[in-house]
This record gives sequence, structure tokens and C-alpha cells, in this order.
Amino acid sequence: MKFTKVLLAAAAATTLSTAAMAGTLDDVRKKGFLQCGVSTGVAGFAFTDDQGNWQGFDPAVCQAVAAAIFGDKSKVKYTPTTGKTRFEALKSGEIDMLARNTTWTFSRDADLKLTFIGVNYYDGQGFMVPKGLGVSSAKELDGASVCIQTGTTTELNLADYFRSNNMKYEPVPIETNAEARQNYLAGRCDVYTTDASGLAATRATFEKPNDHVLLPEIISKEPLGPLVRHGDDQWADVVRWVLNVMIIAEELGINSKNAEQLSKTSDNPEVKRILGTEGNYGEMVGLRKDWALRSIGQVGNYSEVYERFIGTATPIGLERGLNALWTDGGILYAPPYR
Amino acid sequence: MTAIDIDQAPFKVSNLWTDQKSRGLLIQIVSLILLLLFIAYIANNTMSNLKLLGVETGYGFLSEPSNYDINQRPIEYDSRSSHGRAAVVGILNTMIVAVCGIVLATLLGFTAGVLRLSGNWLISRLVYCYVEFTRNVPVLLQILLWHGIIVHTLPLPRQALQPADGVFLSNRGFAIPWPQLEPAFWAVVVAFFAAIGGAVWFAGYAKKVQAETGKIYPVITINLAMIVLVPVVAFFLAGQPATLDWPALTGFNFKGGLTVKPEFIALWFALSVYTAAFISEIVRAGIMAVSHGQTEASYALGIRPNWTMRLVILPQALRVIIPPLISQYLNLTKNSSLAIAVGYMDIVATIGGISLNQTGRALECMSIVLAIYLTISLSISSVMNWYNKRVALVER
Repeated sequence: MKFTKVLLAAAAATTLSTAAMAGTLDDVRKKGFLQCGVSTGVAGFAFTDDQGNWQGFDPAVCQAVAAAIFGDKSKVKYTPTTGKTRFEALKSGEIDMLARNTTWTFSRDADLKLTFIGVNYYDGQGFMVPKGLGVSSAKELDGASVCIQTGTTTELNLADYFRSNNMKYEPVPIETNAEARQNYLAGRCDVYTTDASGLAATRATFEKPNDHVLLPEIISKEPLGPLVRHGDDQWADVVRWVLNVMIIAEELGINSKNAEQLSKTSDNPEVKRILGTEGNYGEMVGLRKDWALRSIGQVGNYSEVYERFIGTATPIGLERGLNALWTDGGILYAPPYR
Repeated sequence: MTAIDIDQAPFKVSNLWTDQKSRGLLIQIVSLILLLLFIAYIANNTMSNLKLLGVETGYGFLSEPSNYDINQRPIEYDSRSSHGRAAVVGILNTMIVAVCGIVLATLLGFTAGVLRLSGNWLISRLVYCYVEFTRNVPVLLQILLWHGIIVHTLPLPRQALQPADGVFLSNRGFAIPWPQLEPAFWAVVVAFFAAIGGAVWFAGYAKKVQAETGKIYPVITINLAMIVLVPVVAFFLAGQPATLDWPALTGFNFKGGLTVKPEFIALWFALSVYTAAFISEIVRAGIMAVSHGQTEASYALGIRPNWTMRLVILPQALRVIIPPLISQYLNLTKNSSLAIAVGYMDIVATIGGISLNQTGRALECMSIVLAIYLTISLSISSVMNWYNKRVALVER
């Protein structure tokens, strides 16, 4: 008798959990916070500050989403994930979105059933070597030991590059950026390869950054962006447009300091639509009409976030380059807000 | 008067419940059916949930190219090889580290166990400290510690240590000359197995002679000499069909010879030292389990201490040692799954790690890993159980 009751309860529990797949926005509202998947730590892109709070270029997107939904950017809980655990965490529902400098590829889109909501950093894979090795080009790396993070597109690109150039290498598999840094500095591997932004970030944390050089070859396209699960279009739209609005805000000159004031005084129709003074666009996606005002006001537009964490004024020192607006020579281009 | 035989009392359905034996049987059958139904329900639920989520299932991905390289590969493998071949490389790596680990752990463990019983106070205290420290620190930390020591204290390849001609020690590994074998080497292999066969036959023959005439042949020395000398003689007779491949520093790393990677060394030593601590305690327990009266009786019969240990104490001690020793060997094999923490590509790192991540087939990959570990563990278990049955006490 007791056994059957347990069986029935187990059956009920499993059916309930499968029904919770769609409606992520409602679930997040009910929970009262957003569960955000981040990396285990990459300087500038995701790191913990002295109070133990997650900050960085990627957590900023999660904070913008939380500000859009709740009006408070601190209503986010962070889950650090490795290259191995990130997709399982997203697919299983443990996290609501993944902002973890993840490359948008065909197989991740189609095979793993995940939806990339946009690109927040256009990057490419590069190599970093100590200056003392005397290497000036990636084509001279035959026979080298290369530190490589497992389960990434970097691994696949590396194999392709060395094979097509008829070179051999010894892969030294590592799980996290911290492990890579340690092995590279100890000399276990000659080369560290990952996205060029990650290399710059890691080099910034070295004692003598100038003793290391980034080789000129960029061997792949790495469009890095946040992602969500398949099957919930409303949630994908919410996250996608939070990112798009950050880019449009830079185009229109809205930033965290003038957002409040512009919402009252601006004459530009697109500014008024974004900040909620004209029409109710927020309702179309399940948010309040001033969601963008709260998101930009608390977190900032794309250039503010970029300059705060990875820009030229920071130790990371990355130029906008490809990540400038399309009107400034880059390829950052968001659809219009209407 | 005809007596009704109790065994043939008329059968009533209520007997199923009232009779204790049938009741027990009935409950067991019903429980088994419920358990099988539950397992079927879980499996069915999993399959239908996967279909609902649109997740691909199936083992077809094993034949697709893996697109990643593996640094330690006992067989030919490159990034164009399939995921299935990567799994095979992983299995071979696991078995290599498991076998090497078991051998070293047994040697260290038995030595430490016997030393712990030594009369010398300093030695027994030192071994006690070693055992207590190693047993109580998690093995993952020990693996990371060994790896850290090797990578940080050994020099770069360009400043490698050279303890002997052609042997290089650097933080990229231990490079030693390795023989390149020619086809004629098969003669040596055949000679080796023939020598083993001869040794087995000779052991049986010596036992027969001892039973009949009391004459004792030095079986161990003769067998050892046979197993070592016969292949060596065959080697020279076949015209030395092997050339040494010397390692040389070319560019970034050593090429040629055999390079034992620091990941393998770290994992091997850490696992062996950790398991040896447990084995030493088992050995000590086994030896102490043999009552001292056996030793005294043996001495009273005039048997030398050396022979007492071999003929009287060890066989009885081994009976106590073998079952926990099996557990420790299984533990070592399973602990080798921590290899990915240092970058050694065993089965969990290849098929359960990189392949899983790149293809997204978590359930299929994990089922393969499960099956492999189950097979290895059950094989070790069955070998040792056979030995255990052989030496078991036969009660009269």
C-alpha cells in the first residue's frame, strides 16, 4: 500500500517537472530572481569582486535582464559553470540563461537544441606564447605543447588548424582558465590558445604581461553571445531585446546617466519608444513599458559596459575593433525598436 | 487406522498466506514484479521525456570523426579518427594506469605493512605517519599535489636534467630510449611464453619429486632463471632484432624514444601511494591474524624463520588479506577516473568528457563509461575470487 503511494507520488513529480519547460519568464517572476550561468572566472568577462559578487561583461547582460523584469539588477543568482557543465545546466533547467562567452555554432544551435539570442562580442581564436620562445608566427609551432580547454570550439579549431598546416602538437587538456594560467606559467605548455579576448584578459593578470606576446594569426570566427533553451520563444525574445536595446541605446546616445532625464525631455521618437514614454512595447514581450529605462538606467548601454570591464582604460585593454557600432567601423548592428 | 501423512495435507489457497515458507516466497515474487515494473516505468519515462525535449538518442555518433587530439595514445589516433576510437584510447589509458597502479601499490603496500611490524621503533613510527597522512587526505588533492610538484619543480625541456645518457627529465615528461622492434622479435615472445610453460611444468614436477622422495629443488630460483635467460638467449640467437630509439630535443619537445608524460606519472604515483597506505594496513592485519602459536610450533619443528614465513604464516595470512585487497584494487581502478583533473586522457576524459561535451549525448556516453568500469571491476573481482576459493579453508 505504502509502496504504491510512493510510486504515484514519483509519477506526479516527474510529470510536473516536464510541464515546467515553457514559460521561463513566469517561472523567473515567481522565483523572484534570475538564475544566470557564468564561467568560473575570466578577468574582465566574469569575475568576483572583493565582496564576492559576480561582475563583468557577461554578468552585466544577466543584470540587465533582471533590471528589465524586476527593476532591480541585483536580483540575480550566479552559477559558475565549466566548459563541460554549461550546456547541461542550461538544458536541464538549472539556469535560466547562459552568459559565458560561448561561441555561436551550427551544432550548438541545432544539435544541442539551444537558442543563441545574439552576439555580445565578436572574437576570434588566437595563440599566446612567452616572448622568450622566439616565435613570431603560429606556423612555427610544430611539435609544441598547447594548453587547451576541453569541450570548446577552440579544441576543434586547433586540431583543424594544425592538421591543415601539416604540423603536430601535444594537447595539454585543462578544465578552467585558472588551470591553464597555472600550467602555462609553469612552462608545462608552450602555447595557450583560446579566444583573443580571453588571452588578453589572462595576460592582464600576469606579473609581467609584457613578457608574453599574442601571435598575429586569428584562426577562427568566434561570435560570443548569451543563450537560452529551445522551445520558449517569449523568453528568447526578452533576452534578445535586452541585448539589442543596449546596442541601440549607444547608437541613440542613451546611457545610465541621462536615461531618466531623456525619458522626460527627448523628442526623438525611437528614444521615446525605448524608454516607454510612447506606446506600450514592453507589453508585447511580457514586460512593463519602461523596462528598457530600468535596464539602461541601472546597468548602462553597450559602450558603458564594454569600457567598464574590458575597454582600453582597464588592464585588459581591448580596442572596440569589430565590436564598434556599424557607424563607427565595426559590425555591431541591432534591429530597430518599433 | 491409516495415518494421514503430514506432507500430503490437502492444499488450500489460504496456505499461501498462512504457511510461513510460501508466504515468504509469495512476497518475494510480488516485490520482484513491482521492482521490474518500476524500472520499466522509469526507463519509459526517460525515453518519452527525451523525445519531448527533442534530444537525439542513439549510438551513431561513435562512428563520426571526433575532431580533437589526444596527447597520450597507445594506438594510432588523430583528430580524424572516430569517437569510438577515442573511447578505445581512453579504455587503454585507464587499463595502463590501473595495472601500473596496482603493481606499484601492491609492492609499496606489502613493504609498508611488513615494515610497520618491524621491531625498529623509528621505522615503524615513520610508516605509521605515512599511513595516517595518506589515508586521511582526499585522493584528488594528492593527485593535484603530485602534478603540481612535477610540473613546477622539474625544469623546462631546454634545461632538462640528464641522469643518464639518453634519459631526460623535464616538466614535459620522462624521456627514455625505447626499443624499436623488428618482425623477428616474435621469436623472443614465443621463447618467453615457452619459458613460462616450462616453469609451470617444473614446479609441478618438483612437487611430485618432493612428495615421493623428499628431495627439494630450488624451484623459485630455477624458474626465475629460466624465465629471464631463455628469452635473452632467443634474443641473441635471432640476431638482436631490436634497435634503440634515442630521444632528442627538436624544437619544443623531445621526439623519439618513449616520453612518459607528467600527467601519467602524477596519477600513477598518487594512486599507488594512496592505495598502498590502505594495503599496508590490510597486510598488517593479515599477518597479525595468524596466531603466534603457529610460529612457535613451526620453530619447535625446526623450520627456519624464512621457511616459516613462506610455508606457514603467509598462506594463512593471505586468506585474510585477499578479500579486502580485491576491494582496494577496485578502488584504485575507479579512482583513476579522476585523471581529467590533471589532464590524463582516460575513459572518463575522452568519451565521458570531451566526446560528451562536443556531441551532447550525455546518457549514451555515460552508459558506455558505466559499462566499461563494470567490466573491468567485475574481471578483477572474478580473478581474485577464483584465487580466494582456491586458498579457502576446507572444513572437515
